[in-house]
Amino acid sequence: MGDSMTAQTIRIDGHGGDRIEAYLARPAEDTRRGGVVVIHHMPGYDRATKEIVRRFAELGYDAICPNLHWREAPGAAPDDAAATVRAAGGVPDERLVGDVGGAVACLRSLPSSNRRVGVIGYCSGGRQAVLAACNLDVDAVVDCYGAFVVGTPPEGFPLRVTNLVDQLPNLRAPLLGLFGNDDSHPSPEQVDELDEILTADDKPHEFHRYDDAGHAFFSVDRPAYRVAAANDGWERIAAFYETYLGG
Amino acid sequence: MCTYATVRTAIDGSAKGPGSSWFHVTDGTVYFDHPVHALPEHTLNIDFADPARGPGARVAVELTAASARGLVAAIEAALESAPAELTA
Repeated sequence: MGDSMTAQTIRIDGHGGDRIEAYLARPAEDTRRGGVVVIHHMPGYDRATKEIVRRFAELGYDAICPNLHWREAPGAAPDDAAATVRAAGGVPDERLVGDVGGAVACLRSLPSSNRRVGVIGYCSGGRQAVLAACNLDVDAVVDCYGAFVVGTPPEGFPLRVTNLVDQLPNLRAPLLGLFGNDDSHPSPEQVDELDEILTADDKPHEFHRYDDAGHAFFSVDRPAYRVAAANDGWERIAAFYETYLGG
Repeated sequence: MCTYATVRTAIDGSAKGPGSSWFHVTDGTVYFDHPVHALPEHTLNIDFADPARGPGARVAVELTAASARGLVAAIEAALESAPAELTA
């Protein structure tokens, strides 16, 4: 596998047919391969997220990240866009599903596609990745410490979010979950609860839980970064996607 | 965690922001969540913004919980110290 790639900003058809921005990275090699949709975290469609997209291309996948904040803040700095969307109430779940669905369709339309597509999300994107996999035809999903897949979200604030317990029976893809044992959202108890629900529903899943790691341990530009957990996590992700997206 | 907690309030004032220029601000958004720049895992974040001028018309601060509480007390103290007829 080579490490040459192309990376570019494109437009895709998102929820409701809206044309939204997305960042697409593709290996240069002429191969048939799977695709990965990266769901950015609440702080936005930022440099760190685009680095993750390129890493998936380096791993041999066509990878894309839709800009979930494009409608409210086209062309804005990622932090300004995130603040604008937050003040407006956040990204609605229905719109998220539509935008990720558009990204999945974009990947499957590429001539290099083997038709298999995975989804991955971090932090708020972890919950959204699970949400997408409960509503879209995808082949694998990775949840990196997403809060409120289970558990009770705060009430009484303009930014509303619900847990996904009632949607988990519709989960359509194997789930890889990566969690820090020092995290409080999701707490180890909530990870246990999710594990029990998925086991009871006979949903294929694989969880890895790391000591000396809390929330956002993949974030290389934050004090939360934990090299041991992140390195092992990346290896788990690569193996998981090789299993379900390879070939 | 992403707390998702967000509190909005209408404000009327000015802020010095992008390009060192002053602009009128109409919206305050307050939330305790991950910061973009500050190093703690969570901070009390305030956006002073004028959405009518676009997403970039924003002055943002990210404060530790302790310093945010200190700021609240300082604001209250400053308001209390002024003659009541000026702050009504």
